[in-house]
Amino acid sequence: MANVFAFVESRGGDVRKAGLEAVSAARQIADQTGGGEVHALLAGAPGIAAQASRLAEVGADVVYVVEHAGLAQYDAESLAATAAERIRAGGYRAAVFSATAQGKDLSPRVAAKLRAPLAPDATAIAVEGDAIVVRHPMYTGKVIGALAITASPALLSVRLGAVPAQPNAKAGRVETIQPAADPGASKVRVVELREGNKGKIDLGEAAVIVAGGRGLKAPENFKLVEELADSFGNAAVGATRAVTDEGWRPHSDQIGQTGRVVSPELYVAVGISGAIQHLAGMRTSKTIVAINKDKEAPIFKVADYGIVGDVFEIVPALTQAVRAAKAAH
Amino acid sequence: MKIAVCIKRVPVMEVKFAIGKDGASVDETGLKYDVNDFDLWAVEAALQLNEKNAPGEVTVISLGTDAAQEQIRKALSMGADKGVLLKADRLPGDAFAVAEALAAELKDGGYDVIFFGKKSIDADNSATGAMVGELLGLPVVTGVSKLEIAGGKGTAHRAVEGGIEVLEFPLPAIVTVDEGLNKERLPSLKGIMAAKKKPLESRPAQLGTAGVTVQKMELPPERAAGRIVGEGAAAVPELVRLLQSEAKVL
Ligand SMILES: Cc1cc2nc3c(=O)[nH]c(=O)nc-3n(C[C@H](O)[C@H](O)[C@H](O)COP(=O)(O)OP(=O)(O)OC[C@H]3O[C@@H](n4cnc5c(N)ncnc54)[C@H](O)[C@@H]3O)c2cc1C
Repeated sequence: MANVFAFVESRGGDVRKAGLEAVSAARQIADQTGGGEVHALLAGAPGIAAQASRLAEVGADVVYVVEHAGLAQYDAESLAATAAERIRAGGYRAAVFSATAQGKDLSPRVAAKLRAPLAPDATAIAVEGDAIVVRHPMYTGKVIGALAITASPALLSVRLGAVPAQPNAKAGRVETIQPAADPGASKVRVVELREGNKGKIDLGEAAVIVAGGRGLKAPENFKLVEELADSFGNAAVGATRAVTDEGWRPHSDQIGQTGRVVSPELYVAVGISGAIQHLAGMRTSKTIVAINKDKEAPIFKVADYGIVGDVFEIVPALTQAVRAAKAAH
Repeated sequence: MKIAVCIKRVPVMEVKFAIGKDGASVDETGLKYDVNDFDLWAVEAALQLNEKNAPGEVTVISLGTDAAQEQIRKALSMGADKGVLLKADRLPGDAFAVAEALAAELKDGGYDVIFFGKKSIDADNSATGAMVGELLGLPVVTGVSKLEIAGGKGTAHRAVEGGIEVLEFPLPAIVTVDEGLNKERLPSLKGIMAAKKKPLESRPAQLGTAGVTVQKMELPPERAAGRIVGEGAAAVPELVRLLQSEAKVL
C-alpha cells in the first residue's frame, strides 16, 4: 500500500481548480495501488490553512500546510525545496503536480532535486503492474505517448481537466510544517502578479471557450465573441495566432501549438480557418462548433457541428438563442 | 557577455505522423527537420542581448545525432558565434537524462545567461531548462514572454493561468523562452556563408540514465467527421437544439 503526494496550486489565498484536480489524481493513483493515503502540500501566505478542508473533501488524508508571508506570490525555489523535502521524507510511490505554468516550472525542479523521473502533462493516468503509466500528447498532439515509470517516487504533472476533482471526503488531518528554504532568500522573485481579465474564467478552467480568428476582420468585432461567451455564462475567450500577431488580443489568449492547449466541453470557433497549428491546441475539446463562411475551411473537418456563413450575421443570432435557452432553464 | 542557447532538432510538424516498427517511436521516413520553434526565439533573444552588450559571444549547444549539425549551422547563420554538438545515437524520452548531459557541458562555461525554448514541440516535456538550472544551482525563469537584462539583473514576464507574473532575478541565470518574446530573424546569404567557417565542436554526450520509458506511441483517435447544420442565421435554432439534446453542453 503506497501513499501518494499532491502539490496544490494556490493563488491569492485560494486553491486553484488545478490544485483540487492534483489531489483527485493522487487519490486515483493511491486507490489503484492498494488504497494508500493522499498527502497534499498547501503553501501560501498566512491564512491559507483555511483552505485545507477543501482538499480533504476531494480525497486528501493529510494536508501539510506551509504558511509564510513570503509565499503570497509564487516562489519556485522555496516551494521546490519544501516539496522535495516532503516527498523524500514521505517515501511516496508518486508525486502529482499540475501541468499549469507554475506546475511546469516547479515539477522539473523537484524532479532534479530528487533525481526522480518526471512524466509531464498527463491526459490520463493508469497503474499497470508495478508501473505508473501516463498518456502524454507529443508532436503537437499528433502522437500520444504512453510513458511508464517503475521507480519511486514517480513524478507526474497532470493537464487541467484531465482528472476532474471528485467529491471523496476524508477526515483530513492538518499538519503545519516549515518551508525547507526561506522564500526571502530566493534569487528569483515574483514582484508583481498582473491579473488579466479580472473576474473572468481562465482558458484552462473554462467549460466553454469561444475563440475568434481573422474572420472577425477587426479588433472591435471581438465584442461579438465576448457577447457570445457571456451568453454561456461559463465561457472564456480565445484567439488564433493570426489575431494575437495583429495585436487584437494578448498573446495569452492564443490557442494552439505555440499558445495554450485546452480541452473544454464546448469550443466555438468563430471565423477560424483551422490551421493545424491551431488545431494542436483545441482538437481535444469534447464538442466543437465552427462558424465560417468558407465551407471548405479545414475547421469543419474537426467540428462536430458547423454553420456556413457570415459571422457578423450568425454570431449575434447565436448569442440571442443561447441566452434564451439559458433563460428557459 | 557570454551567452549560451540550447536548441533541439525536431521534425517539421505539418505532416501526418506514422508510428515506427517498435511501436514506441515515430517513423522517421520522409520527415523534414528544423530548429524547435521556441528555440529559434531563444536564439533570437540571445543574439539581441549580445548585440546590446557587445562584444560578447553566443554559443549554440544541441544534444542529438550528427544530423543536428544542420540546426546548429542554422543558428550560426542567424549570427551565433560557435556551436557545440553533444553527440548521442538516440535521444532519450527522459528530460532528466538530457538535462544532465547539458548541465555537464554548461557547468564550467562561465555563461552569464543560458537560454532555452520553453518546450520542444516533439517530446513536449517543458522540463529541460528548469532541470539544468537546478543541477547547476542557477536561478531559472521559465516561459518568458518579455525580458530586460541590464546591470547584472533581469526582469521578465511570464504568462500564468489568468495573469502575468513579473519576475526579477540576478545573473548568471537560465531563461526559457515563450512565443511572443520576439520573432526570429532569417539567416542572410552572408550569414549562411559566414556560418560555414564558424567553429562547430562535437563531443559525446554524457547522458544520464532515464527513469521514464516510452512504452508505446499511438496516433490519437480521429475525430468523426462532423456535420454542417446549415447555412446562415437560419441554422442557429437547429444548432442550439443539437447542443442541448445531443451534445448536452447547453
Ligand atoms: C510555427 C508556427 C506556430 C503557430 N502557432 C499557432 C498557434 O499556436 N495558434 C494558432 O491559432 N495559429 C498558429 N500558427 C498560425 C496558423 O498557421 C494560422 O496562420 C492561424 O491559425 C490562422 O488564424 P485564423 O484562422 O484566425 O486566420 P485565417 O487562416 O486567415 O482564417 C480566417 C478564416 O475566417 C473565415 N472568414 C473570413 N471572414 C469571415 C466572415 N465574415 N464570416 C465567417 N468566416 C469568415 C475565412 O473563411 C477563414 O477560414 C502558427 C504558425 C506557425 C508557422
